[in-house]
Amino acid sequence: MLSITCSGYGGQGVLTAGLLLANVSMEAGKKLTWVPSYGSEMRGGTASCHLRIDDHEILNPFYAKMDALIAMNEDSVDKYESSIVEGGVLIANSSMISGRGFRRDIRVIEVPATELSQELKNPRGANIIMLGAAIEATRLFPADEFADGIDAYFARKGRNNPLNRECFMRGVQAARHE
Amino acid sequence: MAEKRTPALLIEDNRYCPGCGHGIINRVLAEVLEEMGLAEEAVISLAVGCGGLMMYSFGTDWIQAPHGRAAAVATGFKRVRPKNCVIAYQGDGDALAIGFSETMYAAIRNENITAIIVNNGIYGMTGGQMAPTTLPGQKTATSPKGRDADTTGLPLDVIAFMKERKVGYLARGSLHSAREINRVKKYIRAAIENQMNGGGYALVEILSPCPTNWYMTPEAAMKHIENTVETVYPLGEFVKNGEKVDA
Amino acid sequence: MAMKLMKGNHALAEAAVRAGCRFFGGYPITPQTEILEYLSARLPEVGGTFLQAESELGGVNMVYGAAAAGCRAMTSSSGPGFSLLQEGISYIASAELPAVFVDVQRYGSGLGDIFQAQSDYFTATRCGGHGDYKLLVYAPASVQESVDLTVLAFDKADQYRNPALILSDASIAQMMEPVELPEMREVDFDRPWAARGRHGGENKRISSTMYYIENFDSYIKAKYDDMVAGEQRWEAVRVEDADVVLVAYGISSRICKEAVMQARERGIRLGLLRPISLWPFPVKGFAEVNPEVKAYLAVELSALPRLEEDVRLAAGQRVPVESFLGGMNIPESSALVERAASLISASGTFQR
Repeated sequence: MLSITCSGYGGQGVLTAGLLLANVSMEAGKKLTWVPSYGSEMRGGTASCHLRIDDHEILNPFYAKMDALIAMNEDSVDKYESSIVEGGVLIANSSMISGRGFRRDIRVIEVPATELSQELKNPRGANIIMLGAAIEATRLFPADEFADGIDAYFARKGRNNPLNRECFMRGVQAARHE
Repeated sequence: MAEKRTPALLIEDNRYCPGCGHGIINRVLAEVLEEMGLAEEAVISLAVGCGGLMMYSFGTDWIQAPHGRAAAVATGFKRVRPKNCVIAYQGDGDALAIGFSETMYAAIRNENITAIIVNNGIYGMTGGQMAPTTLPGQKTATSPKGRDADTTGLPLDVIAFMKERKVGYLARGSLHSAREINRVKKYIRAAIENQMNGGGYALVEILSPCPTNWYMTPEAAMKHIENTVETVYPLGEFVKNGEKVDA
Repeated sequence: MAMKLMKGNHALAEAAVRAGCRFFGGYPITPQTEILEYLSARLPEVGGTFLQAESELGGVNMVYGAAAAGCRAMTSSSGPGFSLLQEGISYIASAELPAVFVDVQRYGSGLGDIFQAQSDYFTATRCGGHGDYKLLVYAPASVQESVDLTVLAFDKADQYRNPALILSDASIAQMMEPVELPEMREVDFDRPWAARGRHGGENKRISSTMYYIENFDSYIKAKYDDMVAGEQRWEAVRVEDADVVLVAYGISSRICKEAVMQARERGIRLGLLRPISLWPFPVKGFAEVNPEVKAYLAVELSALPRLEEDVRLAAGQRVPVESFLGGMNIPESSALVERAASLISASGTFQR
């Protein structure tokens, strides 16, 4: 079972990244729960969602420790870095998080996702770049299979955009080169 | 001479006090429904209070609403069965105190129902306490020195609130004479026609005597309505066919 | 059938529509507002009626009128609004009309806060309004159960002509899980008890049925006894050999299930009894439990014990019953395992 949290400012697409992960996982026949940050957790402008994904029924949708964190901003690192399991993964958006140290007992992948998304002319795709790094780092799915899932998801919504796949694969590359 | 006939909708003798206005209004309503061919289509949302006693004697389908909520119950019913003739029958305490919100919002939504609000200036069922419609200075069981408008407010004229809204029909009648009773019948007919034509919210408020709690003879109670109550609550039609009637 | 990823609130609302619900009158309050929003768009698509009421009082009485007309009708609310529904629920129960209510529980008395809780247990299961009635109460533990139990609630409300309640909470309402939705159903409004104008027959009198039914006391007692006998629902997990049995419903039960698995890995014989119907409380489920069980632990997201009372009544005098409470914070499964382990070792001192 994988427990993964996506966190960032409202507008950085963290809930969408989580939904994308949830939908592609569901279509692949996996069980999952998606729990949004809610109520007092949402104060301060940071939004997050918490997913558990497995081949078997998810019992408890809540977790204190996560296997992976997608941190779109500095606040997210402050808030959740200590909750990552030993040997877990932190995907940090280095466009927004710089000049700080990280825990040494976790794998940290720094991806300048905001800059990359502009380079790729898909400024709203930073979340998908981060997701690419997370999928590659956690080995939840083979990268190509997940990229196909992304295409299928947006096709179902009638919003096919080849740039999404490009963003995703750029994130995958970033994780491979770390 | 016209034939005197009791409407078949009045299936039992009523249980009101002698001289109560509800008996007259029930009869007029029964006559109108029968004359309009709506006896089989009518569903009444019944208030809690003296008006609720019509459950024993009035032969249409009806629903006993919680105190004050008759307009909301009527709304739910009418939305599901728009072809039925749906009437909220309420006293002034029910419709204008505990149920003011439900009453006003039915009017604000211009709900296609007919409301009959019986204004006798008092809570009758519980023994004559002050109502929103009680006149200034009027002695009741809870205003033993007379209603003090400075601390309890002025009598509530619901039509004054409603006539500024978009509604179908608003009228106020009185029972103080045979002539006025005939007008009440005309108003009730117009209010029901309005509903059956899809005209939106219709209300007939009726000034009605409560000799028991007014401590008056039935004759004196009628005189009191004519000479005193009507000076506070003007009679007539205020909105017809969705248009304000010029005074 | 294709799975769909849905929020608890949206799934519940869609399930209501598919169960034939064609009237909703309600008022916004977090965390149930998505039900209202969803149905405002969805009900008109199927020829139903959505009305945003002026208050919960307005909403519940619109439901009363719609139910009297024979329509499958529903309203939903949360904590403070649920309090306001009680007057109307009492009238609907008293008139023996079917209707479905939803309370998406939030924390605290008074205004409280919008996060998940299970504090409305007593209002839901005892009799929230005045007089002699009970609601059939169902507690979903997942988005899928929000669907399944909503459909069941409509069917059971009809079967017994009694209101039913879905007791959900903010976490199940807000979370997403894949769900399978049932087929769309249409339910005929012209049911024999419905008011619709007398049409040549006897007039329908929708009111407290005590006015018309002879020997009403025994009649109504028998009606609720039938529900107690026939409508208990529960899930039992590893209770046959359990030394400690957790009792939890809704979201708490999922934390408990995880605790059971963790405990078993450590060789601790922990089980779970999950009430699905909260009223009638599944007393029958306790018969499945190891007769040598050492303790019950009622687990609920509430600051004061509620569920514990029903567990005590069901467990009898012999077995100790304790509560694991947590309102502001969601308990961790490991804490439940530790508590269970300490209950077992405490009971060991009295053995043999």
